[in-house]
Amino acid sequence: MEALRQVDGRAIPFGAKNVDTDVIIPSHWLKTITRDGLGKGAFETLRKDPDNLFDSAEYAGSPILIAGDNFGCGSSREHAAWALLDLGIKAVIAPSFSDIFSGNAFKNGILTVVLPQEQVDRLLEVARTDPVHIDLENQVVTTPFQDRFPFEIDPFRKHCLLEGLDEVGLTLARDAAITRYENEARERLPFLAQGVEAA
Amino acid sequence: MTSQPRTLYEKIWDAHVVERRDDGTCLIYIDRHLVHEVTSPQAFEALRVSGRKVRRPDLTLAVPDHNLPTTARRDAAGQRIPIADPESAQQLAALERNAPEFGVRLIGDADAEQGIVHVVGPEQGFSLPGATIVCGDSHTACHGGLGALAFGIGTSEVEHVLATQTLLLKQSKTMEVRVEGQLGAGVTAKDVVLHITGVLGAAGGTGYVIEYTGSAIRGLSIEGRLTVSNMAIEHGARAGLIAPDETTFAYVQGRPYAPKGADWDKAVAWWRSLATDPGAQYDRVVVIQAADIAPTVTWGTSPEDVVAITGTVPAPESFADPSKQQAVQKSLDYMGLTPGQRMQDVEVQNVFIGSCTNSRIEDLRAAAAVLKGRTKAPNVKWAIVVPGSGLVKRQAEAEGLDRIFIEAGLEWREPGCSACLGMNPDKVPAGERCASTSNRNFVGRQGPGARTHLVSPAMAAAAAVTGRLADVRELGD
Repeated sequence: MEALRQVDGRAIPFGAKNVDTDVIIPSHWLKTITRDGLGKGAFETLRKDPDNLFDSAEYAGSPILIAGDNFGCGSSREHAAWALLDLGIKAVIAPSFSDIFSGNAFKNGILTVVLPQEQVDRLLEVARTDPVHIDLENQVVTTPFQDRFPFEIDPFRKHCLLEGLDEVGLTLARDAAITRYENEARERLPFLAQGVEAA
Repeated sequence: MTSQPRTLYEKIWDAHVVERRDDGTCLIYIDRHLVHEVTSPQAFEALRVSGRKVRRPDLTLAVPDHNLPTTARRDAAGQRIPIADPESAQQLAALERNAPEFGVRLIGDADAEQGIVHVVGPEQGFSLPGATIVCGDSHTACHGGLGALAFGIGTSEVEHVLATQTLLLKQSKTMEVRVEGQLGAGVTAKDVVLHITGVLGAAGGTGYVIEYTGSAIRGLSIEGRLTVSNMAIEHGARAGLIAPDETTFAYVQGRPYAPKGADWDKAVAWWRSLATDPGAQYDRVVVIQAADIAPTVTWGTSPEDVVAITGTVPAPESFADPSKQQAVQKSLDYMGLTPGQRMQDVEVQNVFIGSCTNSRIEDLRAAAAVLKGRTKAPNVKWAIVVPGSGLVKRQAEAEGLDRIFIEAGLEWREPGCSACLGMNPDKVPAGERCASTSNRNFVGRQGPGARTHLVSPAMAAAAAVTGRLADVRELGD
């Protein structure tokens, strides 16, 4: 996973509330077998409008998305995070996120920044004309106009994002502990330790 | 670990902690991993790219279900009939390639044991009480009906479990939903869980693991308990749980992968010890009287939009929350319903009996009991019965249920997820209604523009016979 320390650039002033994962990536895109290429399907319905923000000369390829409350609600599809990533989004700023979406975003190296509604409103205003800067190390969002909005983030998630650490790799490093559990559980819960004959 | 009284959830959690971190996050061991063709390709791809292998292929079971057509899969010569949709075919092919490459046991699309993962797991004895069970599918909560801690995960987590057999998790809050008393005539497990979803709301269980308790729950068969726990996610819960008891042990014993001999005795002793201790505290308790539950239908586009079959379509103004008022208006527009309309006057053109919620043998028996000696109404254009697995299909045929369905004018299909989400060709046409035994009435769930009314199998059968949403209690014998 790519390390993420700063995100700098134009921010798409989207602002919509309760954007569900069906809006982020419609279900007919779920039939892929790879993670790539889903950017084409991102916000597909909204992008049927020729004047949509996502394809405008000004915002196409922007690394930041600014959204409203409860971003990423609905189905647990991880394709939503892959679609945003493929669209070039590295960070999403909103007053709140669905739990599953923010987990999926994090696992794919996307930073979710929670800020109060009034600060999000201010950023939506700035984003119309100017870039937004996110400094993960110092946990602050800034603008060229002296705005300075600190944000909270889970220390483990921050560490993983800053170092580009992949969660699977981190857990594999705990192999000794997992093996110890398996040996102990084989005695304690033998009936759970045996599954099917592997192929 | 602790002498404090603990809930069922806390006991299963504590029994599976590999490591506990300072911030309370735990590395939790996963006992059983079910894999299907939709959410696994990218996980296997990631393993391949990083040169990683599946840690415990013996605790992993792969079954295709979402994309499979429910029409014949082999021709007379035993050759595969190609799947028309190239993307569906590609997902199936990916699973058939990935499972053997990573040493995972695959139940193939034409095997007798094939079916919906959440039907196959319990049926094979792969899903066990007290086990931690995951699958890349939100209805994994289903297995909680056996007293397993089971929940849906995303594809990155599928990869994490394949590679490490663990997940990094924070403990959820606990909620008890107690249903006391005896269920009335015509009221089934599906009506119970629809009613609960109406009481809690679609987000009411968010952040919780729910334990369903009380005499009405205890009185349910395992099929019924699986139906209730299946829809825990529809009221927002991470997982549902029902404490294992004699009914559970009788169901599990003798199944292909169930423990045997001395292991069985040891298992039962441990399972008995899992029941919530007297005095253990839940973070929230909700009590529901069984007598308040009627045969239930949905009117809107969220599973919380429920009403008794004897009721009417609600008016947006009847809701206090302005944002809910707006959502209700949008739902009614989509559903083509008007406030005050009697639910029993709503005509349906389609009937779907199936899905991981309601496709087990007891569900099919309940539908057949209503359909026996009757035929579907002329305005019902499409009515299909999709058994949850090949074994359910075989059992139903042995009992002659297939003849009852066919004689009533319903189609008898091959097992799979089918019209629950329409990833295969089974879709409800735009603008038409479906009385469906599935779990989600979302916009477009059963096909673009399709209007879904969630009901029990008996109520779906009643709808097929009358051509409208109908009160099964009024059909008589």
